[in-house]
Amino acid sequence: MSTVFARRRHKLLSLKALRDSGTIVPANTEEECPSCGQMVLRRELVKNRYVCPLCGYHHPIGAYYRLSLILDEGSFKELDADLISNDPLDFPGYEAKLDGARRRTGLGEAVVTAVGRIDGTRVAAGVLDSRFFMGSMSAALGEKVTRLVEYADKNKLPLILFSASGGARMQEGILSLMQMAKTSAAIQRFSEHGGLYISVMTHPTTGGVTASFASLGDIMLAEPGALIGFAGPRVIEQTIGEKLPEGFQTAEYLLEHGFLDAIVPRARLRNTLIRLLKLHGKGGDARVK
Amino acid sequence: MSNDLTAAQRVALARHADRPGTPDFVSALFTDFFEQRGDRTCMDDGAIYGGVGLFHGKPVTVIGHRKGRTLEEHVAYHFGMPSPEGYRKAQRLMLQAEKFRRPIVTFIDTAGAYPGLEAEAHGQGEAIASTLALSSRLTVPVISVVTGEGGSGGALALGVGNRVLMLENAVYSVLSPEGFAAILWKDASRSNEACEVMKLTAADLLELKVIDGIIPEPEGGAHTDPQAVYRALDEVLAKELASLSKLSGAALAAARYKKFRMMGANALRKERL
Repeated sequence: MSTVFARRRHKLLSLKALRDSGTIVPANTEEECPSCGQMVLRRELVKNRYVCPLCGYHHPIGAYYRLSLILDEGSFKELDADLISNDPLDFPGYEAKLDGARRRTGLGEAVVTAVGRIDGTRVAAGVLDSRFFMGSMSAALGEKVTRLVEYADKNKLPLILFSASGGARMQEGILSLMQMAKTSAAIQRFSEHGGLYISVMTHPTTGGVTASFASLGDIMLAEPGALIGFAGPRVIEQTIGEKLPEGFQTAEYLLEHGFLDAIVPRARLRNTLIRLLKLHGKGGDARVK
Repeated sequence: MSNDLTAAQRVALARHADRPGTPDFVSALFTDFFEQRGDRTCMDDGAIYGGVGLFHGKPVTVIGHRKGRTLEEHVAYHFGMPSPEGYRKAQRLMLQAEKFRRPIVTFIDTAGAYPGLEAEAHGQGEAIASTLALSSRLTVPVISVVTGEGGSGGALALGVGNRVLMLENAVYSVLSPEGFAAILWKDASRSNEACEVMKLTAADLLELKVIDGIIPEPEGGAHTDPQAVYRALDEVLAKELASLSKLSGAALAAARYKKFRMMGANALRKERL
């Protein structure tokens, strides 16, 4: 591989990650932590990968920034960057809202899919971004995820998906719902062909994404404190007519109930992925090179 | 067929208290039906009704949502909203259909999966996801019929069919109109308005290529003349099962994959930002 191209790709990802991570904001400004309520210096937050140094709250982070934290330098190559929604139901006001979200985030959709390397191992990786329509499942999101799974299948690559989603994209109605079947079928086929899929659930992962590809990993990981569930907490409270217990639907709750393999703090995530890839490499999954 | 009903009126018909439910369709269309219960892990969720019966003399696995008729049944079955155990029972029945090489017919009639504390603790998301994954790979014919309300992932879990059909006044949507209005406009009372923009009627879904066919209902809805609906459905099921039974197992699974792979293909475009 040409090092010139690698360097250029690295620079491109770094720039997008920089914009994503908000480091453009002066480092000496203070920000209130939404979890502990204490004031944290921006500089400290950035240094700590957007984990509150006081309480350990894992802030949601942008897709490119996330990829820059786990992929080897210069290995990032984005797939299907130009695939976007075309407002299939002619939903009132949707097109304008999409334009706004695109301008505000620089994203075409609520997921970024890519190939890259982790400690030298080629992987197919996708990251949902909650800044774009709450990471909700649009037909374009479902299509990008499905294409990534099929790409991993065809090229015999391990698959890593980071989820963060409010659920269905209301403005795409039934077509949003159908993406659950489409993505789950793709994961199933990939799995039958022997592919390794690591699912990482981040704050918050709910609704149709929880009830499809995010729950189908061979290895299920989550970030500490992440809200993970199918129904939203408010809907459940209204249904059962009582307050929900402390810690309900957190990553820790899911681990205790048998739905996760491990909770991995952001600082240890890349090394955990390296170890898992190694465990499924030579002598393990024959497909992973 | 009646073309002059609004979407909101169809939602009301789809939810009508006297509308035939899964047990009614089963007793009208199948003989020698044997109900199978339990998820073989911890419980039996009555919101999923399933078993084996004969359709025109041939064994078929049937799985459907059950809302119940009496108040006690409504409570026991959460008005047809399944818990994870219900979906795991459905998976058990699907695997048995696969083992004994018999087709599967599903009847969809639910507002959605049950949003309860225990349902979450027992993995509602995982249960639906793994049902979707399993049903995508089955090598027997699967026909899904939306008979009443098809709401959210709780409905779709039984909806990955080679053919997906809808009764004329059934509705199928990403969420109930009330939930939709509450999320999008923070106002559940605007549900009638939601019905109109959601594209949830059988005609809308046929146009969006989400379903393959519509079974006509009598004027006034299925409950006014259930026998007519059973006859129409019987005829369509017989025809579809006969045509699907000619395909090999691998061809059935491949066709089902392709069918759902195409969902939303018209909802995309390419544009450099």
